[in-house]
Parts: sequence; C-alpha cells; structure tokens
Amino acid sequence: MTDPLLSVRDLRVAFPTRQGVFEAVRGVSFDLGRERLGVVGESGSGKSMTGRAILGLVRPPGRVTADRMDLDGQPILNLPERKMRKIRGSRISMVMQDPKFSLNPVMSIGDQIIEAYRLHAGGGKDSGRQKALDMLNAVQIRDPERVMQAYPHEVSGGMGQRIMIAMMLAPDPEILIADEPTSALDVSVRTEVLNIMDRLVTDRGMGLIFISHDLNLVAQFCDRVLIMYAGRVVETLTAKNLHDARHPYTQGLLNSLPRLDAPTSRLPVLQRQDSWRDADTITESLETEFPGGL
Amino acid sequence: MLKIEHLDVWFGLPPDRVDAVKDAGFNVTAGESFGLVGESGSGKSTILRAIAGLVDSWTGRIEVDGQQLEGHRRDRDFYRSVQMVFQDPYASLHPRHSVDAVLSEALKLQGMDDIDGRIPQLLDDVGLGRGFRFRYPHQLSGGQRQRVAIARALAGQPRLLLLDEPTSALDVSVQAEILNLLTDLRAEHGLTYLMVSHDLAVIGHMCDRLAVMQHGRIVETMDVAALRRGAGRQDYTRHLIAASSGYRRD
Repeated sequence: MTDPLLSVRDLRVAFPTRQGVFEAVRGVSFDLGRERLGVVGESGSGKSMTGRAILGLVRPPGRVTADRMDLDGQPILNLPERKMRKIRGSRISMVMQDPKFSLNPVMSIGDQIIEAYRLHAGGGKDSGRQKALDMLNAVQIRDPERVMQAYPHEVSGGMGQRIMIAMMLAPDPEILIADEPTSALDVSVRTEVLNIMDRLVTDRGMGLIFISHDLNLVAQFCDRVLIMYAGRVVETLTAKNLHDARHPYTQGLLNSLPRLDAPTSRLPVLQRQDSWRDADTITESLETEFPGGL
Repeated sequence: MLKIEHLDVWFGLPPDRVDAVKDAGFNVTAGESFGLVGESGSGKSTILRAIAGLVDSWTGRIEVDGQQLEGHRRDRDFYRSVQMVFQDPYASLHPRHSVDAVLSEALKLQGMDDIDGRIPQLLDDVGLGRGFRFRYPHQLSGGQRQRVAIARALAGQPRLLLLDEPTSALDVSVQAEILNLLTDLRAEHGLTYLMVSHDLAVIGHMCDRLAVMQHGRIVETMDVAALRRGAGRQDYTRHLIAASSGYRRD
C-alpha cells in the first residue's frame, strides 16, 4: 500500500465535566488512503467528533490528544490556529449535514464560493468567478449563472448540499470529510450527491471520510468501514463484507433494520453489553483486506 | 374508520398560494395500519395535520368513524378517539414539564378519573418503569421521550393514531424498539394507524397498505406485498423504491 494521506493513532477527545472527564473519542486509529472510508455508529458514538478533531474544530475546554495525526507525513495535531487555517479548507475540507445551517443566508451563492476559493487559492475576482462556475458545473447544477446570483433560501436542500460540496472542493482538497452529507436529503437527490462525491474520489484521487448512521448506504457506497461504539472503533471491515460482520454490535445494528425483502413481525432489539466499551477492535485478516498480497 | 375524499389543502393566498395536497383520497378500515410515503414536500404530513385540525384551509371530505369533519374545530370526542405522535421527541415535549405533568394534563383534558392510578398504567403500556414518572425530558433519551409522547397520545384511549415520522429522529436500534412497541400497542388496544414516513422499509414493516405521494397528489395506493416485490404501477413508485434500496454505482 502507498503511504496513507492521513494517519491517525490513538486519537482521544476529552471534555472536563462536573462529573469528571468525559472522553467522547477513546483511542481511535486508522489510515486513510485514496479511498472512501465509512465511519458508522449511533449518535454519541464519537464519529462526528473524530471528524472535527482531525480538522482541529474541537473547542476548548475539549482536549484532543493522539500518538500520531499526520497529513502526508506531517503532524497536524494541535497546530496553532494560524497554521491550521492553511490546512483546513485547502487540504482537508468538510461538508456538514444540513446545508441550511452551513451557508451564509445573506450572501449570494456565487460570492460565497468565490470567497472560499480566493481565501485558499488567491487570484483575482474574475478567475474566482470562473472557478465557481466550473465547480457548479462539476456538481451538475444546471444554469450555474442563475444559481450564482441566488441566495441560499432560494435553492432546494439537494441543491444546497451540492453547492456546499462545490464550495468545499473549489480549493482542490486532498481529503474531504463528509458528516452525514445526505441525511437531510430525499432519496432521489441522495443518489445524485453520492455520484458526485464518488466521481471526485475516482477522478481526483481524493480521500473521503464518509460519516453516516446508515449502514446499508455505507456498505454500498464505501470501500472500507469503521464501526464506532462509545468512542472506540469496535470493528473495521471491507464495506462489501459488512453483512458478514463479526462484532455483536455491528450485527445487532444490521438486524434491527426493517427490511423489505425479509418481513418479520418483530424486529430484533440490540442488547448492549458493557464489555463492548473496551474490547479490542475486530479486524479482517490482511488476506481479505488486500487480496493478492501486500 | 377514516375516509378521505377529494381533499385539497393549501397555504397562503393567491398569488402566493401553495397547493400542498391536491385531490387526495383513501380509506382506512378499523384495525388497519395505513402508510403514506413520499419525498419531502409531497404533502404527506399535511394530510395528517388536516385530519388533526391543525390546518383549516382545506376542502373535500374527511370522515372519522362516520362523522364528517369541518374546518379546524374538533370536539372533545374527536380528540378522545384520534391522537397524533410527532416526529421530533426533542421538540414535542415541554422541557419544564415532568412526565407526570405531561400525562396528568392529557388525562385531565380527556376527562379521565383516577389520574393518579392511570399514570403508572400508561407508563407500563409504553415500557417505561414507574421510576420515570417524575423525570423531566432532559433526563430522558430520545427513545424514552418518544415513549412518553406515545403514552400521552394513549391517555384518552384513542382508536386512531396519526403517526408522523415517529422514528426518523432516532437511532436504528431505538427505532426497532419503538416500532415493536407500536406493533404491540396496536395488537393490545386494537388501534388503527395512519403512519407517515419517508422510509419505505419502515412502512413495509408497519403497514398493511400504503399510498405513494408526489407533489401533493396520491400517485398510487398499493398493498405491502406489492411494495416488497417492488411492483409499482406508476413509474414514480418504481423509481422511489429503487432509490430507497440504496446506492448503486453505474
């Protein structure tokens, strides 16, 4: 395997509370290559916090520690804000769940994309404008000239999310962190947004961290999946083998989903076990992970 | 139990009038569980709100239990037999009312006696221990909150429950618990459900028949067996079923 884009070892995020220190992320380790990496778990499992920690977006009094957090071999853990700003947006970008809360409501969409692009890549207004049009085309927005003039409340949710992606991709980042990018969207729009992200990974060789609670979607869309429970990775596996998961938590999550092809009168309910909190991560053997050898 | 004919619902006045529901019609027999599916803005929740009397700008015919409804006024008997459960359990409970206050208010409004004795019974019905009686919403998880909201709806011993995306704000494992609870309650109390969801698998699990909506119109009404086969008569239905089954790389 080539050197990973991002390498994380023993990442921890802790918040002091009146009841003592609460660890939202407890020792997460993974490598991200030029691939689609899914991060799945229930609310409170620490999946979003992992994404925020990578971008240095955990606010004090939260504390982030790790043995290693390297981007292309360079440490990026707890960089001073000035240096982090050079990485955030231009080398690692993030798309949030709801476009309604991520776009500036009083600024036209064109101006927002141009601003984001020029902040990272510099250049004049005209080149920024051209880039913005190109990006809107890249995310398959018809009539980009008109959309450039529009304000966020004038576009639909699906279009808003595509605009967010256009904005995040304008500076050509190496890694995109997408935190539930399709949860607020209808199913038919969801497919379009996923197609766009998919092409960016294959065409540009971008690394994608896809945070989601939707197991079936991740199994179909991603290459590899990390399953998180209570701030730890309990299992990692190849996405297409998700349905052969060995950890009882992953199995429990999969079983609790109603299925159109398998009717039951009652759904199996997940019985949580305390031992899951600190158990070792279950990984597939190297053979299945890298068929054909290393 | 529920009969809807030529229902139109609109919001605003011309020229800004939005027709949210256009000429909708379906029947739900007593004891049945009927689903409404569609994408956001298709008008599925609006139908529930028109039935519950939360919208008054509608025309057509809504009949509950043989009684025809008018405008947005509903009498006490109506709310005794028809209750609604909302999508977001974080928003539908008053943050400064304890579970006890929420349930006793609902029981009082329904004209029930022996309120003190009925509250533990309601909590038992929805699978919450009696220890939850004096808790506040912030001391409850999302699933527990939705159980309280269901208990509140059950206070007047209703016959028809309007369920508006009751599990879409919850994790899948909690969703399974709530869906099982709703299944049990329907069997125990002989309830009729009208359930709105964007999740076809949830509707497939919970309902006997369903209507597919698009742009305010009912595109088609089908039974769950047809949904499971992916056999819609209309293009839109087949498209929706295909898109819901997940992501396929082309």
